[in-house]
Amino acid sequence: MCLGIPGEVIELMADHEDLAMVSVEGVKRAVNIGLLREDGELDLKPGDWILIHVGFALSKIDEQEAKASLEFLTGLGDAYTDELTALAASDPT
Amino acid sequence: MRFVDEFRDAELARVLAGKIAALCEPGRRYKFMEVCGGHTHTIYKHGLEDYLPDTVTLVHGPGCPVCVIPMGRVDDAIAIAEHDDVVLTSFGDMMRVPGGRGSFFDSKAAGADIRMVYSPLDALKVARKNPDKRVVFMAIGFETTAPSTAMTVLRAAAEKLDNFSVFCNHVTIIPAIKAILDSPDLRLDGFIGPGHVSTVIGCRPYEWIARDAGKPLVCSGFEPLDILQSVYRLLLQLREGRCEVENQYARVVPWDGNARALQVIGEVMELRPYFEWRGLGFISHSALQVKERYAAFDAERIFHVPGVRVADPKACQCGEVLKGVLKPWECKVFGTACTPETPIGTCMVSSEGACAAYYNFGRFSRERVREASRA
Ligand code: SF4
Repeated sequence: MCLGIPGEVIELMADHEDLAMVSVEGVKRAVNIGLLREDGELDLKPGDWILIHVGFALSKIDEQEAKASLEFLTGLGDAYTDELTALAASDPT
Repeated sequence: MRFVDEFRDAELARVLAGKIAALCEPGRRYKFMEVCGGHTHTIYKHGLEDYLPDTVTLVHGPGCPVCVIPMGRVDDAIAIAEHDDVVLTSFGDMMRVPGGRGSFFDSKAAGADIRMVYSPLDALKVARKNPDKRVVFMAIGFETTAPSTAMTVLRAAAEKLDNFSVFCNHVTIIPAIKAILDSPDLRLDGFIGPGHVSTVIGCRPYEWIARDAGKPLVCSGFEPLDILQSVYRLLLQLREGRCEVENQYARVVPWDGNARALQVIGEVMELRPYFEWRGLGFISHSALQVKERYAAFDAERIFHVPGVRVADPKACQCGEVLKGVLKPWECKVFGTACTPETPIGTCMVSSEGACAAYYNFGRFSRERVREASRA
């Protein structure tokens, strides 16, 4: 139950305070976004990704940060490929 | 799905595994605790231990909210559910948790009205639809879930619903980590910090663990590459002689947490002087209760909860498993008397429990395989 699921905001529901329609793995459902308000202000728009837990959005997924950690990982991959290429190119005999 | 598949790339996992192995100092053994049950689940589901060198052991921590609910609280909830006009609502994970007198499922079979919900808001809906019933929500979870319960209480108050209450069993993560660090049986080299709890509390509350307890902590996401990367970052800290709190899961966890969520918890709840944790005993200031101001929504006040204390079954070694001292399969009843269908202890119930994760994914540790081949 502690797992969070990511979802994409489709629209903020004008007639329901604090609800947004969110697509989770292609299925639309209403999610409470009240916990994302800061001083009453809500910085959320369609296309944003959020982390959902028991029906509430707990945080906004930061695309920049996600990319940064993926870059780190693929960077490691590159280093590995480089290493392999270097190994293939070397001939200690 | 966005930022999920990318963090499951098997090729990158193998590369990372190589980097991890290269960071380990020869002859040194490492023990890291993943605090959160969600991590335990990922580790077994994806067989992450197979990606780690033999010298790196992951031990499972107390961060499964279902696992730490003591038997007495289950019995108390059942006592509430036994009132004729009560509907008890609960997350599905709680249904099988054994109390001293059976589980929610048993009590439901015996006639109590107990319903599963996905969200506390669903429980609120049940209350709106059944004005002649008293609807109680069995609230469990760490700081991840507490704000949702608090928001629901605020909603109920705004709607002036007079037939909704929560049976509050929310626990807090920091005292549990402190209890682990105080326990003499366990030597740890660092922590894989709980990701979703941290979306709420942020990373600052862990700073003392690095500063005073001298253990590095990396707050981690839940995909396989997140966890491997966190292990990598822990090893890198040790290698470089650093001891810090780092945030691997920055895409979801802001360093300062979620101010609004903390504020609603503070509005509705306060710390209890002490709370019993299954297997860990009483830990002071480790759980939340509903504030006096919202007494009308507090099931403990409305129903004069008996407050039963039930000793854990003798065969049960959940306490040791929750402290990371025992691996699930080392419990004498694991997989024999205790299975997900007939759990004796809580760790076998929730998919985040270490025993259930082990059992369901059929993963046996290398040591066990070795032991078996020796025997
Ligand atoms: S096998 Fe059952 S009794 Fe033993 S530690 Fe696991 S859940 Fe508890």
